[in-house]
Amino acid sequence: MKFVDEFRNNEYSKKLAEKLNNISNEKINIMEVCGTHTMAIFRYGIRDVLPPNINLISGPGCPVCVTPQSYIDTAITLSEKVDVIIATFGDMMKVPGKKGSLSVKKAEGADVRIVYSPMDCLEMASQNPCKKIVFLSVGFETTAPMAAITIMEAKKNNISNLFFFTAHKIVPPAMEALVQDKELKIDGFLLPGHVCAITGTKTYEFLSEDYNIPGVVTGFEPIDILQGLNTLVSLISKRDYRIENEYKRIVKTEGNPIALEYLNSVFNIVDSSWRGIGIIPKSGLEFNSKYEDFDALKHFKINYEEYDGSPGCKCGEILKGKIKPTDCPLFKKLCSPENPVGSCMVSSEGTCAAYYRYHKETK
Amino acid sequence: MKGKITLSHGSGGVQTNKLINEVFFNYFNNDILNQMNDAAQIDIDFTKLAFTTDSFVVNPIFFNGGNIGKLAVCGTVNDLAVSGAKPLYLTSAFIIEEGFSIEKLEEIVKSMAEEARIAGVKIVAGDTKVVEKGNVDGIYINTSGIGKIYENVNINCANARAGDVVIINGTLGDHGMTIMCERNKLGLEGNLKSDCACLNSLVDTMLEAYDGIHVIRDATRGGIAAVLNEISEFSNVTIALDENAIPLKEEVKGATEMLGLDPLYIANEGKLCAFVPEAYAKKVLNAMQNHPLGSEAAIIGKVTGELGQKVYLNTVVGGKRLVDMPSGIQLPRIC
Repeated sequence: MKFVDEFRNNEYSKKLAEKLNNISNEKINIMEVCGTHTMAIFRYGIRDVLPPNINLISGPGCPVCVTPQSYIDTAITLSEKVDVIIATFGDMMKVPGKKGSLSVKKAEGADVRIVYSPMDCLEMASQNPCKKIVFLSVGFETTAPMAAITIMEAKKNNISNLFFFTAHKIVPPAMEALVQDKELKIDGFLLPGHVCAITGTKTYEFLSEDYNIPGVVTGFEPIDILQGLNTLVSLISKRDYRIENEYKRIVKTEGNPIALEYLNSVFNIVDSSWRGIGIIPKSGLEFNSKYEDFDALKHFKINYEEYDGSPGCKCGEILKGKIKPTDCPLFKKLCSPENPVGSCMVSSEGTCAAYYRYHKETK
Repeated sequence: MKGKITLSHGSGGVQTNKLINEVFFNYFNNDILNQMNDAAQIDIDFTKLAFTTDSFVVNPIFFNGGNIGKLAVCGTVNDLAVSGAKPLYLTSAFIIEEGFSIEKLEEIVKSMAEEARIAGVKIVAGDTKVVEKGNVDGIYINTSGIGKIYENVNINCANARAGDVVIINGTLGDHGMTIMCERNKLGLEGNLKSDCACLNSLVDTMLEAYDGIHVIRDATRGGIAAVLNEISEFSNVTIALDENAIPLKEEVKGATEMLGLDPLYIANEGKLCAFVPEAYAKKVLNAMQNHPLGSEAAIIGKVTGELGQKVYLNTVVGGKRLVDMPSGIQLPRIC
C-alpha cells in the first residue's frame, strides 16, 4: 500500500459520494474542526459532491488563527532585542500585529528564522552560544509533544540559551464551548485526525455522553473525508450518538501513550484565550514549574496581557463557524493573503485563506 | 586547482588571471571566448534576436540532480527556447564568497560547460567578483543569453485559444521538493531528484511535429500553477485541469502529502507546458514521448471556452476547485 493513491482513488470516491447523497434528506450542520480538513475539503472540491442538505462549517482548529494578537505583538517586541533569534513555524511570519509582522521585522534586520520542527532550535542554540533563541511554541496536541521533547532535551543537555514563548491549546474544551453556544446548532463533528493520533478517541466521548452529538475521527485524503462524512451522516440520521474512528491506520483508541506521557510530564493545563472566542477554561498548555527557566516571558521579564484582533476583523465569528469568510466586509477588499488584516487569512490552515484561494464565488 | 578563493582572486591581477585561465577558460573553451576581448565579438546573420537574463542563488549549491551552475545554464537556455528562439550565446558572471572551495567552483564550471555543450550554446563572456566572507551565501551566478528567433514561430503566452489542449513533458514538483528536503535536512528517504535540464532540443522536436503550437512556457518558480495563471491572464482564457492526469513521482506525492504542500505550486527546472490545437495534440504528444525529456509527457487539461481568466482543477472526487496564482512562499503544515 502506498497510502496516497488508494485514498485518492477516483472510482471509489465517486461511489462514496453517491452513497452520501442517499443517506438522509434532513438539514444537517457538520463542523469540521481542523484547519487541515478545511483546506482538504476545498482542495478536493468535496463540497461540490455533497447533497444540498449537508452544511459544512469550519471550526477553530487552526493554531495560528486562534492565537491572540497580543502574542504576535509580544513576539515582535522580542524580535527587536539584538541578542535574540526568533525561531518560528513559517505560518507565523505574516500574521499582522500592531507593529507589522515578523516578516517585516526580518526585512528590517531582526533575526527571525523559520524552523520545520522545534527540535531545530536545539542545534540553533548550540551554533549561536551568544544569542538567545526564542521559539514561538504554538500548536495543538499534535505539535505540543514535539515541544515537550525539545524542552526535555534542552534541560537534559543544560542548554541555557533556548526559551519558549508558549501558546499551546487543546481542542476538546473549545469544541465544548461551541456546543454550548446556543446560536450554533452542530449536529455532528468531523474530528481532527492528527490530534486524535496523539490523544486517542476517548477525550471526545463527552460529545456523545453529555451532548448527544456524534463525532467521527477522520483523515485528510479525499476518501478519508468522504468516508468520515458517510459514517457521520449515517450516525446523525439514526440518532446514534457515538464516536467512531475512520482513521484507524493512524489513530488508536488509546492514542499515542508515549506522546501523552511527555505531555503530562512537561505541561500543566491552564485557562487560555482563543482569538475571537475569549477565555476557555482548561484549554491551554503551559510548561510546568520544572521547566520555568525556559519560559521566555519569565526570562525577559515581560508582563504579558492578552488582547485581541483588529477593528473590523471578523476572524472570531468565522472561527466559531457563525459566519463564512464571504460574510466578512473586509474579505477580499481590505483583507487578502498579501495584505492580511487577521490571522485566518494568513495561516495555511486558515478558513479565510482557504476560501480566498479556492472558493469559486470569489472570482 | 585546489585551495580556497581569496579576495585576490577578484582583484584583477595575477591570481584572477590564473583562476580565469585554469578554471573558466579551461572548461568554457571556445573560439569567441579564446579571443580574450573585453566584450565578445560575434558575427550574426539575423535581425530578430531574443535576449534574456537570470540570476541564481539556490541553496544548497549542490543537490541531487545538479548544482547552481547547471541551473544557471539551463534556466537561461530554457527562457530563450520557450520564447521561440534558438539559444546561441551565454554570458556568465560569478559573485563568490571569500573562502569558497576552488574544487567546488571547478565542479560547478565543469557542469556549466557540459550543459552548454548539450544545449549547443557557447559561453562567450563572463565576470568574476569575490566578496568578503559572509557577504554572499557561497556563490551567486548570473547568466544572460541571446538566441535567434525562429521565423514563423509564435509561442507567446497571449496565444492560447479555446479548444487548446494543455500538455506537459513530465512529472511535476521534482526540483522544488528536492531542494526543500535537502536544504532543511528533512530526513525523508527516497530518490528525490531535481529535473533540471535544457529543454531547447525538446522544444525543437515539438515544433517539428507541429510548428503552429500556440504557447510554450516553462514552469519554474511558483510551479505549473504560476505559469498557467499567467497564460490564462494574457490569453484571457479559462483553463481546466484534470487532477487524475497530472503525473507525479511517488517520492513527490509522498513528500508533498506529508508536508501538506500542493505539487502544482512547487518549482520545476526541466518542465514546460504547451497549448496545442486539439487536432495536433496527439502528434505533438507522441513526438514528446519519444524524446528523452518527454517520456512521461501527458495531456493535463484544456482551454474550455468559458468566459473569464481562471484556472481550475477537476478533482479526483469529481469536484472543482480554483488553482490560483501562488502568493508567498510554500510552507509545510504545522499539524
